[in-house]
Amino acid sequence: MTDYILLLIGTVLVNNFVLVQFLGLCPFMGVSSRTETAIGMSFATTFVMTLASLLSYLVTTYILTPLNLEYLTTMSFILVIAVVVQFTEMVVHKTSTSLYRLLGIFLPLITTNCAVLGVALLNLRLEHNFFESIIYGFGAAAGFSLVLVMFSAMREKLVNADVPTPFKGAAIAMITAGLMSLAFMGFSGLVKI
Amino acid sequence: MESIVERINQQKFWQFHGGIHPPEQKKLTSDKPIRQLPLPKQLILPLQQHIGSQGDLLIKVGDKVLKGQPLTQSTNPMAVPIHAPTSGVISAIKKSVIAHPSGLSDLCIFLDVDFNDTWLPRRICQDFTQLTKNEIISKIANAGIAGMGGAGFPTHIKVNTKPDINFLIINAAECEPYITADDLLMCEQSEAIIDGIKILDQLLNPAFILIGIENNKPKAIKALQKATQFIDKMKVCTLPTKYPTGGEKQLIKILTGKEVKSGALPIHSGIVVQNVATCFAISDAVIHDIPLIRRVVTLTGQALSKPQNVWALLGTPVSYLLEQTGFTNENTADNNKNINLPPPVIMGGPLMGFSILNELVPIVKTSNCILAPSKTEMPSAFDNNSKELECIRCGQCSDVCPSQLLPQELQWSAKAKDYQQLTKLNIFDCIDCGACAYVCPSQIPLVQYYRVAKAEIRQQQQLDIKSEKAKVRFEARKLRLEKEKIAREEKHKKAAAARKATMNKKSADGTSASSAVAAALARVKAKKEATEKTVSDSPTINNGKTKEHDELSSTSNEDQGDKSQVKAAIARAKAKRLAKSRAAEEKSDALPTAISVEDEAEDEKSQVKAAIARAKAKRLAKSQAVEKQEETTETTETTETTETTETNNEAIEPPIANNKANNEDKKVKIAAAIAKAKAKKEAKNEIKAPEVNLENKKSDVVTPNVDDKKTRIALAVAKAKAKAKAKANAKKDQKKQAELLQITNNEAKSSLKLSKEESE
Amino acid sequence: MNILIAILVLGLIAALFGAILGYASIRFHVEGDPIVEQLDALLPQTQCGQCGYPGCKPYAEAVANGEAINKCAPGGEDTIKKIADLLGVDVEPLDENHDAKKGPTVAFIIEEDCIGCTKCIQACPVDAILGAAKQMHTIISDECTGCDLCVAPCPVDCIEMRPIPETVQNWQWDLTKIAVKQVD
Repeated sequence: MTDYILLLIGTVLVNNFVLVQFLGLCPFMGVSSRTETAIGMSFATTFVMTLASLLSYLVTTYILTPLNLEYLTTMSFILVIAVVVQFTEMVVHKTSTSLYRLLGIFLPLITTNCAVLGVALLNLRLEHNFFESIIYGFGAAAGFSLVLVMFSAMREKLVNADVPTPFKGAAIAMITAGLMSLAFMGFSGLVKI
Repeated sequence: MESIVERINQQKFWQFHGGIHPPEQKKLTSDKPIRQLPLPKQLILPLQQHIGSQGDLLIKVGDKVLKGQPLTQSTNPMAVPIHAPTSGVISAIKKSVIAHPSGLSDLCIFLDVDFNDTWLPRRICQDFTQLTKNEIISKIANAGIAGMGGAGFPTHIKVNTKPDINFLIINAAECEPYITADDLLMCEQSEAIIDGIKILDQLLNPAFILIGIENNKPKAIKALQKATQFIDKMKVCTLPTKYPTGGEKQLIKILTGKEVKSGALPIHSGIVVQNVATCFAISDAVIHDIPLIRRVVTLTGQALSKPQNVWALLGTPVSYLLEQTGFTNENTADNNKNINLPPPVIMGGPLMGFSILNELVPIVKTSNCILAPSKTEMPSAFDNNSKELECIRCGQCSDVCPSQLLPQELQWSAKAKDYQQLTKLNIFDCIDCGACAYVCPSQIPLVQYYRVAKAEIRQQQQLDIKSEKAKVRFEARKLRLEKEKIAREEKHKKAAAARKATMNKKSADGTSASSAVAAALARVKAKKEATEKTVSDSPTINNGKTKEHDELSSTSNEDQGDKSQVKAAIARAKAKRLAKSRAAEEKSDALPTAISVEDEAEDEKSQVKAAIARAKAKRLAKSQAVEKQEETTETTETTETTETTETNNEAIEPPIANNKANNEDKKVKIAAAIAKAKAKKEAKNEIKAPEVNLENKKSDVVTPNVDDKKTRIALAVAKAKAKAKAKANAKKDQKKQAELLQITNNEAKSSLKLSKEESE
Repeated sequence: MNILIAILVLGLIAALFGAILGYASIRFHVEGDPIVEQLDALLPQTQCGQCGYPGCKPYAEAVANGEAINKCAPGGEDTIKKIADLLGVDVEPLDENHDAKKGPTVAFIIEEDCIGCTKCIQACPVDAILGAAKQMHTIISDECTGCDLCVAPCPVDCIEMRPIPETVQNWQWDLTKIAVKQVD
């Protein structure tokens, strides 16, 4: 039990997928201009990541490994992720059309989010068991959501700030992300994984 | 409730969040009695001195008015009347600068004082306990009482609420520095104030009456305690001095511990708050029948040599008050670059007041203080350069905000004009107290930002409402146009069906009107065919005039005389329209309006002209005179654009032409041309007359689906009628000619004369 | 043999997932497009036609179908920004064809010149003109949106656009007109 909690904390803070492992930067920069879209995106990504890591574990353990088809790992993972994202897209479209429109192209782009594929592959690499896979996936998503929401709040304030003209817009956002990353380095050593 | 009362009895009050302790500066005026001023020469009374709408004027310029006479009235409940503060003559009613931070002008009554100070006859009420609630309310309303604490809400609306409220709170706090008006009023007139409170007690029947007063007014507290010592219901509550204790929501929180929710009113919690000065005015009005015509104003600041509280009549210009209290204009003694600036004079206190830039600004019902600071007292008032720096995010402003808002966030969003965020941050709960601006180390004028933002948001809300209305109207209009279109189509269909039905019914009912129409149509058709036949039959007569013949035959009916006149009228109308459109297009240097008017006049004239011309033509036809050929060509040139084929109509159009200069000459020429054309037509007509009859007969014979005998009889009758009519018409025309000839001659002569004169 | 198994396995997985997705697409089917209503709510409703469409609703529909968002002149920069926010597209500056907003105006008929032709009544998109044939026409100022459409049809040119006067009610606390002083 403690292991799982430590795994979670480690994934969310110490080895944060966005700020420390630098995965999933695309939606991080793209969706974080408004907090509403950021929150919506974080829910969608959480759903996708957890489900994807679960399903990919199942596919690996019960289909690919017994049949010696490890070379199909990448393809099948992509297949799984794509299906899950498509499913999520339909659900979002139905439940909240405005969110669907706000997210726009970034919702299907979760498929290409390297964090999702990264979670699935890392689960494999780190030889996690069933529960560990789920927690790892969920933790990755939680870390992603945390950072995404924090960053969007900062960006909303930055819009009204007195920023020098060469730095306005994406430039100051990147600098802020870099500073956040520096801040998160403070967590290193918190949990020994 | 009991706990509240217990705590009040123990003088253990609650606290509100934030607040500041600025230097009180009340010693300047607090030890001097209220002074009675001599009458000024002129009073300026704005029609609107309260929240709500203006009243309608009861007087006009030149009227003599007595002291206390109502000058406006209105049936609108949100309107409060104003009264003449002294007797005099109304010298003007015009726009003048009002007591508003914008410095804008609004309608004001200018009253020239006659120094007699004659009162309107008043009726003292001996015992107000005998009055009914409605009587008291109407007395308050008619006395023009509005909230005198600063907002100016009509009092009669505020106290016209369901009785048996929980608390009646009397606001005697006067928390703002420098102001001592209420303080002195309580010291000197505590009995009257208590009377006023008793009247309110009778109206509202509250469970408790709390008088909230700050502890920096010891004399006033003593006076009030003395006046209420035998009245158990009224409790004088001494509160710790803090700004802004006098704010309505803050006072309620301190005295009762209840918080008035954002967007709610105190009355929703069963609480009514009134200022002491308003209570004094209520007692004056109900008991002594004195309307609101004066108030205590604190004149203070070190630029005044005699700062004091005064009884100021409403409408007294500020310049008079300043002069009475020895205002030394420091500017004249100042020899630095600020010479051209007027000295700062603030209406209101240092935190919530606004600068007045015009000396004619009058005292109104809500003016409680005039502050004229000296340079040493308030150096920043003399410096027009803004010392605003960047926000250092220290957070002191949110520490002191009495409404528990976040001024830092509000300023951030206000600067960025993010109105959505501002509404989310509850900017409309800001009471403009100025505590945040007072503490800001960067000297940011926070309240200004919020005021601008609030005005913008309100404006946007107004625009939204307006655009919603516009949308609704647009949709309604679209719907209406569609409905009209459908209705029109229905009508057309119905008419067509009716016509068809009658056409088919012709066999059954030969003498009905519709069948007559059908018969006529059939006749026309037959005639057409007949004319084609006659063309081939009589080439000698019709060759040269085939075209006109056909046209005429196609347009002529049985009663040719009348019908041709109708046609002429229709063609005239068409010509008029075309000429008008030409007039609109050819907007030359001459006024288009003048031309259109001219056109209308011309049209009248031209109709007469046409009639005259017709008459003339007939006459000429008899004599067979053939005059200038050029006229016809001229007329044809000028009438190129028209499409009517009848020549008499072509001749009529030139009179309607634009160019005024040539009109006179043209008219004469045109008359002649018309004559010629008419001559032609007459010739045609005479020749045609027998033929037409022939054609009629032929067409009648040719008409299908007719019962032979009956129709033959009918047709014979018709023919005879036509002949008779033609003869009669000819006779009529001759008569008309004779009559109009004279006129024509005279007109022609006069127009020639005029044109001669013009050319000269 | 292995290849066959691999292909089979992948195919089966794909088929399974495809079935799930197919079911989901029917289960979560979405009807209609409420974006037009939302867009219409942002537009100023002057129904002036300066965007090229006969009214604000048609323009909202066009924008939902991909029309440029910078065509509304009465809405100005504010409206463009709001539409951009709603649709998630970039803000574009106002089309150069439209001149900058000159401030809110309302129409006014000079009654001495009016001839009662009803041409302006037919032109007004919100029916803000009161009148009948051969009777005096007048503008209902409260309803006028200042769209300019009535000025052209008038044959005697008696309609002019007047700016809305500034009163105490609509005063905007202009910081530049009066010096703001921080007094302690």
